[in-house]
Amino acid sequence: MAAKKIKLSELGEMFKGLDVEALEGVKIEGDIEIDLGGAGLSPQVAQALGHETTQIAAHLINIARILGYPADKVLGIGGAPGIPAQAGRPVLRELIPAKFQANRFEDWKSQIQEVTIGATSADGGTRKSTVTLGGERALPFYPDAPMPHRPHITMDVFDMPIGMAKAVKSHYEDIINSPAEWAKKVVRDFGADMVTIHLISTDPNIKNTSARDAAKTVEDVLQAVDVPIVIGGSGNPEKDPEVLEAAAKAAAGERCLLASASLNLDYARIAKAANEFNHVVLSWTQLEINAQKELNRKLMKQCNVKRENIVMDPTTAALGYGLDYAYTNMERIRLAGLTGDQELSFPMSSGTTNAWGAREAWMTSSPIKEDSDWGAREYRGPIWEIVTGLTLALAGNDLFMMMHPGAVAVLREITQTLFGSIESEAIDISGWTARGIKP
Amino acid sequence: MRVKSPLEVYRFLPQINCAECGETTCMAFAARLIDRSKKLEDCPPLLKDEFKSKYLELARLLAPEIREIVIGTGEHAKKVGGDDVLYRHQLTFFNPPLLAYDVEDTLDDKALVERVKKIHDFKKFYVGRFLKLNGVAVRAISGDRTKFAAAVKKVAETTPLPIILCSLDPAILRAGVEAVKDRKPLIYAANETNWKEVAALALEFNLPVVLFSENLDTLKSLAVSFAEMGIKEIVLDPGTYPAGKKLRESFQRFLNLRRAGIKEGQKDVALPLMAVPMTAWFVENDPVNASYWETVLASVFIVRYADIMILHSLEPYALLPELHLRDTIYTDPRTPVKVNPGVFEVGAPTKDSPVIVTTNFALTYYTVESDLSSNKVNCYLAAVDTDGIGVEAAVAGGQLTAAKIKDTFSKAGFDFKEKTSHSTLIIPGLAARLQGDAEDATGLKVKVGPPDSGRIPGWLEKNWPPK
Repeated sequence: MAAKKIKLSELGEMFKGLDVEALEGVKIEGDIEIDLGGAGLSPQVAQALGHETTQIAAHLINIARILGYPADKVLGIGGAPGIPAQAGRPVLRELIPAKFQANRFEDWKSQIQEVTIGATSADGGTRKSTVTLGGERALPFYPDAPMPHRPHITMDVFDMPIGMAKAVKSHYEDIINSPAEWAKKVVRDFGADMVTIHLISTDPNIKNTSARDAAKTVEDVLQAVDVPIVIGGSGNPEKDPEVLEAAAKAAAGERCLLASASLNLDYARIAKAANEFNHVVLSWTQLEINAQKELNRKLMKQCNVKRENIVMDPTTAALGYGLDYAYTNMERIRLAGLTGDQELSFPMSSGTTNAWGAREAWMTSSPIKEDSDWGAREYRGPIWEIVTGLTLALAGNDLFMMMHPGAVAVLREITQTLFGSIESEAIDISGWTARGIKP
Repeated sequence: MRVKSPLEVYRFLPQINCAECGETTCMAFAARLIDRSKKLEDCPPLLKDEFKSKYLELARLLAPEIREIVIGTGEHAKKVGGDDVLYRHQLTFFNPPLLAYDVEDTLDDKALVERVKKIHDFKKFYVGRFLKLNGVAVRAISGDRTKFAAAVKKVAETTPLPIILCSLDPAILRAGVEAVKDRKPLIYAANETNWKEVAALALEFNLPVVLFSENLDTLKSLAVSFAEMGIKEIVLDPGTYPAGKKLRESFQRFLNLRRAGIKEGQKDVALPLMAVPMTAWFVENDPVNASYWETVLASVFIVRYADIMILHSLEPYALLPELHLRDTIYTDPRTPVKVNPGVFEVGAPTKDSPVIVTTNFALTYYTVESDLSSNKVNCYLAAVDTDGIGVEAAVAGGQLTAAKIKDTFSKAGFDFKEKTSHSTLIIPGLAARLQGDAEDATGLKVKVGPPDSGRIPGWLEKNWPPK
């Protein structure tokens, strides 16, 4: 009977994955002659070959076991004591070696636009620092491509006292009547990267203060802090264009973010003010990717806003109140941008403070009597703001408009951790099953 | 799944249009199999012997990319894994992550039972149902197999929820398994050192098992080896570091494993993943900080691909966001979230209270409801069945009409003459154009409210009671 010559590599291939069907049609009779393909093995090669042959032997023994042949007995390597196995289901002797590889995403071809907010004296402004958003070539924190800029946080300042959840208000009571002092506090004490001044008193339904008053407030805030600022209107579509125009003029050259241009107001007027006085436009739409495309297109084509002067706000809904829409809307926008949609490849901003609208964030207790106890509300609000922001950070959001100092600190910590700028302390996680936690 | 179009599925169906599945044609049924809103078992003819080979072939073609496994038994059994996409908008995510909370085997009976009951009982009402926690992880702190087995047994007596047995000592795990073998617990974990004994345990009792290694080559090697031994119900734990660059690496391991499984079809690792946000407790000493950070880690891994999680904090401020975020990410984006249509009381309405109309799109409804209740407005709020579409779109699309408004009140048995002193209805500002029709249809006085429910309280101050 002639011995069949099998090359080592073929044997390995044949028994890879222990596919018993692969044995069909192959006769293993008599001796197997293994052709090592030449003499003169180096010790390294011999070692590698030895390892591989051992693996193959393990496969062959397993096949013998599956076929019911008493291989262990014959070879004198009976099953280790204390490791019983189910009948016909042998425990392997050795782990099958494997190499894991995940490939990079080929389809993320385009880069998100980089947008710089704030201008230093070198660029015609008076800011000491600037903030650059965007520039991503992958989803946030993904290994595919380095993320050029970390997520940033801008903290809310209002131009008049407003109703706030108790947990938030306690941090601002001392400066609630002075936007300038308020701005100083969030930068100095809470580490805000930027400040958002909301000119809500201009709303005809609130105080109807004038655009000139608003411009003065903006000047005060610019005097008080040297970080870049966001200028927010009152949200009144009739009044905002006039207010933002006056504010843009007062802040000429500072590259502020004007919030916001939207489809339901005279966006062209806001775009014109941004172009004329060197600011960035926040393009705000409500949870609708096609509306976002349309507004961005109009800003670029109709109003001649340059790409480097557009940031998007696709709307933030709070956790439990539509965050599923906000999250998926942002994720779709970012994926569209990365895969080449030039009308959606802009950095994004989130009104994360909206999280405080959730009743879980501020109500003393659940209005539903079957609910389990909601616990202390002072801990619920900040985590609601954090989780709302973090979820959107993972979808691709770049700038977070926030309110609670504790929430700001935690969101900063996790986004910078995922960004890669925080070192680890040494810890052995494999021991978690046996490590007690003090009650 | 390996098929993309209903045509590919149709080839394997009986093609008799018997409608027993609830669809009118086999082709319609095929489409429902593709979008995973129907199962093969919904087709009785296909289950007959003559179709067996086609059934098996279809089952193979329709199997989700990520393997679906079951932990626990009975009505509390939980499926985990089963996803087909990387982003929820591409289809939807299936099987929300199993959130298991830990119990230490060193607790005395009273404390243990109390903690397990807390896990079992916690509930939060949301959009017509309760959000709940769904597992208990027993940790072998004692190092004593008798003690561990006793704790496991006590847990099993206290709750029908799925149980995860946590120890790296195979002898302890075996003692735990023997205490609850009929409950199909999940074994945690096999690693590079103990894998032979743990594999033997999983094989002997036919139980699902977690494989742990932060080295993905080793993890894959474990997965391939366990698969080769005939173990199908496998979960992978690539390690959850609680902080710093190690956490970033953990996050990226989850991404790489899931992308390899779904995008590249690497079957060896197309398995459910486990995260352990509980490790936050080993870097944060203050319990509030630890609960917060644990919730943060849980959020990261709910969004990116964990199918099972082990957590510690039972503080409501940790549980509420965890439950809500899980629901957020796993809600089916293909169907709008709806509330049941009807007329509901907000606060304690009287005969003089306003009656306000909105749609049954859950987000709209709850926003309006929250705006009213938080401003202490006592009123009746009617949710019109608009198929879960918001006001503006429903007016444009004809889902919100005068007839539908009338219908809502008559179906709810709401008689304006009996319940109100004013026979007046307030419709949303965005539905202003329905005013005339609604007056004609209902015979009531119809007023147009503000376009944003946040302004209802202010609007009522000026416009209520009606003159």
